[in-house]
Amino acid sequence: MGELKLMKGNEAIAEAAIHCGCDGYFGYPITPQSEIMETLMVEKPWETTGMVVLQAESEVASINMLYGGAACGKKVMTSSSSPGISLMLEGISYLAGAELPCLLVNVVRGGPGLGTIQPSQADYYQTTKGGGHGDYQLIALAPASVQEMYDFVDLGFELAFKYRNPAIILSDGVIGQMMEKVIVSDVKPRWTDAEIQKISGSWATTGKTKDRARHIATSLDLEAEKQEIHNHKLQAKYREIENKEVRFEEFQTKDAEYLLVAYGSSARICQKAVEICRSKGIKAGLLRPITVWPYPTKRVAELAHQVKGMLSVEMSAGQMVTDVRLAVSGKVPVSHFGRYGGVIPSPGEVVVALEKFINGGN
Amino acid sequence: MTEEIIIAGFGGQGVLSMGKILAYSGVMQNQEVSWMPSYGPEMRGGTANVTVIVSDERISSPIIHEFDTAIILNQQSLDKFEKTVKPGGLLLFDPNGITHPPKRNDIKVYVIEGAEEAARMGNPKTFNMIIMGAFLKLKPVIKTENVEKGLKKSLPERHHKLIPMNLDAVRVGMEKVKEFQV
Repeated sequence: MGELKLMKGNEAIAEAAIHCGCDGYFGYPITPQSEIMETLMVEKPWETTGMVVLQAESEVASINMLYGGAACGKKVMTSSSSPGISLMLEGISYLAGAELPCLLVNVVRGGPGLGTIQPSQADYYQTTKGGGHGDYQLIALAPASVQEMYDFVDLGFELAFKYRNPAIILSDGVIGQMMEKVIVSDVKPRWTDAEIQKISGSWATTGKTKDRARHIATSLDLEAEKQEIHNHKLQAKYREIENKEVRFEEFQTKDAEYLLVAYGSSARICQKAVEICRSKGIKAGLLRPITVWPYPTKRVAELAHQVKGMLSVEMSAGQMVTDVRLAVSGKVPVSHFGRYGGVIPSPGEVVVALEKFINGGN
Repeated sequence: MTEEIIIAGFGGQGVLSMGKILAYSGVMQNQEVSWMPSYGPEMRGGTANVTVIVSDERISSPIIHEFDTAIILNQQSLDKFEKTVKPGGLLLFDPNGITHPPKRNDIKVYVIEGAEEAARMGNPKTFNMIIMGAFLKLKPVIKTENVEKGLKKSLPERHHKLIPMNLDAVRVGMEKVKEFQV
């Protein structure tokens, strides 16, 4: 077992990047995630593992640096918060189109626009329903603890390379700024050129040799028929990810009559809400999607046969609730409770909302 | 045992670092901890607060709106957080700059003259450790030896020479805290 440390979620992202053998971080500061690059700058991994840490001139530059690094088969990442991710969306779509593995981190803050710097979950649509242009998907992991912030960096890279697809950690200001205990893993060395060749040699731009054709990392194909074939391939990959990579956690669902559905920091708040409900005799349970794409649609549909109703709790005006409704397909009533614009709901507020929902108030 | 604490005062009083030392000390005695700061557009002289939870069990929500203990270091924070203390809970405050003292009689109210004692010790920076000493006297959720370990872990090594002075400040806080008659 590794060393036990107390750290912020943002610090955990940075530590995990160094420990999992990341080759490069390219970013631009923005609250509430600036500690990620700050921690990397303090740790100076370029002196130990050789990892590059670079503050780009903008978010647009950082995402395109990621494109370059990823095209070479390197483990590269960036992080930002909501408005910064919006700036990156063109590049993200290109990365997805060119099937380049990389890791993105969004520590979400209140919006729209410049909004606030306080926590929010209003980037769910942006993350899971596209955001950028074209038919693409990001593998989206939603951590609910500082330990998961740490663990999902390695997992994100693993999934990104497994499927040659960008992965994103969808966090928020609560998880980014809070401190909790973290068990730190041992340092994995960065991939050698030979290892990159073995893992990504079939597509990465590692330098042309006489025995193979050129590798080109591009999302462009002007022939519509060919582009459609490429899209078929992407869609087949997305279906495979939906079949194999759904992750979720359940809390007190076994005998639950009412289900809360929440991810990230809202899931932590809901866990406490479930405890309060149980002490009041309300049989509540919680389903926490860990992957928000692929979504645990099947499990939500199964639970629709058991419970009398579901309440989606998000720090947004109601985005994930649409995925819950799709899964439930009218079987039981589904409603949404949220605070937004940077306001965090209390466990007590969630309980009141659930009681109102149970009594038919929506 | 679960202790849910809010520490609130001015930025620069050591509110966040006191919370951090409490959290680290909790880690030192194998407890679960969470530390959640307010991180709005804070500025020097503005208000700062942090929620610290120390527990024997897994902590569900790091976000809470009711507390076992409120440690209050200015008037704005008293106005905001006095009502958030659970009935039977504890409110500990420093009277420096307080013009409207606590009024609730369903909670235990204690006072520690932290700013004054810190001035007497000749170092205003010991302020937050005096406050922490007062809290630990009233709620011994963390052993003093683990506070020492917590300090060692949370302070950079170049500051370790300051640990004895900080522990003295903790002891002063433990001695000087007294009940407040509402």
